[in-house]
Amino acid sequence: MSASTRRLFANMGWLTLAILVLWQGLYALIGDIALRSPVSTLQFTAKFITTPQFVTHLTETLKAFVLALLIAVTSGLAIGFLLGLKRFASEIFEPFLIAIYSVPKITLYPILLLIFGLGLSAKVAFGAIHGIVPIALFTLNAVRNVKPVLLKTSRVMGLSTGATIRTVIFPSALPEIFAGIRIGFSLTLIGTLLGEMFASQRGLGFLLMNAIGLHNVDVIVMLTFLLTGFAGMAGIVLLLINRRITAQV
Amino acid sequence: MTQPHIRLTDVEMTFPRPDGVGEGIHALGPIQLDLRHGEFFAVVGPSGCGKSTLLELMIGLTSPTKGSITFEGQPINGSCPDGIGVVFQEDASFAWLTVRDNIAFGLRRMALDRREQDERVDKALAMMGLVEFADAYPSQLSGGMRQRVCIARTLVTEPRLILLDEPFGALDQQTRLLMGDEILSLWRKTGATIFLITHALDEAAMLADRIGVMSSRPGQLIDIVETHWPRDRDSRIVEQDAFGAVTARLWRSLRVESMKAIGKKEASS
Repeated sequence: MSASTRRLFANMGWLTLAILVLWQGLYALIGDIALRSPVSTLQFTAKFITTPQFVTHLTETLKAFVLALLIAVTSGLAIGFLLGLKRFASEIFEPFLIAIYSVPKITLYPILLLIFGLGLSAKVAFGAIHGIVPIALFTLNAVRNVKPVLLKTSRVMGLSTGATIRTVIFPSALPEIFAGIRIGFSLTLIGTLLGEMFASQRGLGFLLMNAIGLHNVDVIVMLTFLLTGFAGMAGIVLLLINRRITAQV
Repeated sequence: MTQPHIRLTDVEMTFPRPDGVGEGIHALGPIQLDLRHGEFFAVVGPSGCGKSTLLELMIGLTSPTKGSITFEGQPINGSCPDGIGVVFQEDASFAWLTVRDNIAFGLRRMALDRREQDERVDKALAMMGLVEFADAYPSQLSGGMRQRVCIARTLVTEPRLILLDEPFGALDQQTRLLMGDEILSLWRKTGATIFLITHALDEAAMLADRIGVMSSRPGQLIDIVETHWPRDRDSRIVEQDAFGAVTARLWRSLRVESMKAIGKKEASS
């Protein structure tokens, strides 16, 4: 483990501690009406996550999220590469992508629901449209910014277009592409959960919405805790991968 | 061998204007040039005279508007023929590969067995003084060493014609002199023809057998100076009187052209 990775983990430890202290303080202030203490949340979580009910909802969310992320990454990369390699096309479509990026996606959800109906596909589609555009924009810029001298070098070496993309453009653009994937990851997660909250019969988002309706503070705090933990952990893993990639550049 | 190694016949290059209106920009030519097998030829010229355009034409990255270029008797058409290696001015090392993998990059697509590849890479590492950095990444190296990685990457494919586009442009003067020595020694060891583009008169005078002087745009060869240096030479040649005479002649040819390039007219005749 490198010194910087150790430092990262130490920082994360301190941050976790700070959050726990803040949480406990907030609980002392607000009380049981809207919050649970860290200890009782952990106890409740340990009990709840083994129930078949929870496992069903978790599996549903994971399935939707993984599918949405897969679609977001593959189409984002495809759009990014297609436009990045063609200057003319990128000049036409980049402003569109930026415009789409700033559209509040939730306004598109009714249309997606009408197209896909209630269920997994609507959630997947809604999650994916959150992730595609940032990944496409980052990839487009990364591909366009590959140093011209590297492209000249590959031409002089007689590399085919495919080989140039694979062995020169992709690795050269990877650090920036990965930054896009990191952002796409968190936006896709938001999209998937939002999709579950507003029109779904299954998944953690549905569970959360249900708990709000029933004023079940135990479940609300537990889900917040789990989702924050998951997003935080995934963030650290992606950051570590990112560091590995950029270490050489 | 009477056939020239590379021959440029009436080569001209005209770029369309960015707005597409009117006549194009006449950047280069007409140029006639024959390089002999195994000679060290340098080109000097004022900035913007089309030196780099000339190089891009010779490696088939761009096609000339008029005229033709043949390498070993074969016309160059849209792609770089095998047997030509290039080192560019900018750092072209691959940041994501180690020094060893950088050097081996061009070899990978050649039909050579792995052992032969490794041998060639080891030889290039030794020749360029990079042995102890074989597993380092370019970001851990100085600019001079990165440029040596690029030279090694070109060398391992054993090109018969090596084109160098101001490869030492970003280096300090002392390093440039020493890199010049290295280029001379590898020129002797490989027997390749070398075509060097530079804006440094002393560099051209120190390294080359013949030096072509280019005019300001449209770039044409206005003088070719023979240095008559022995093949076995090094940077200490700068101490000789003849070296001063060569640089003086180069400057005489270039002075007016350089003034044109920066927009000045000759004040008095």
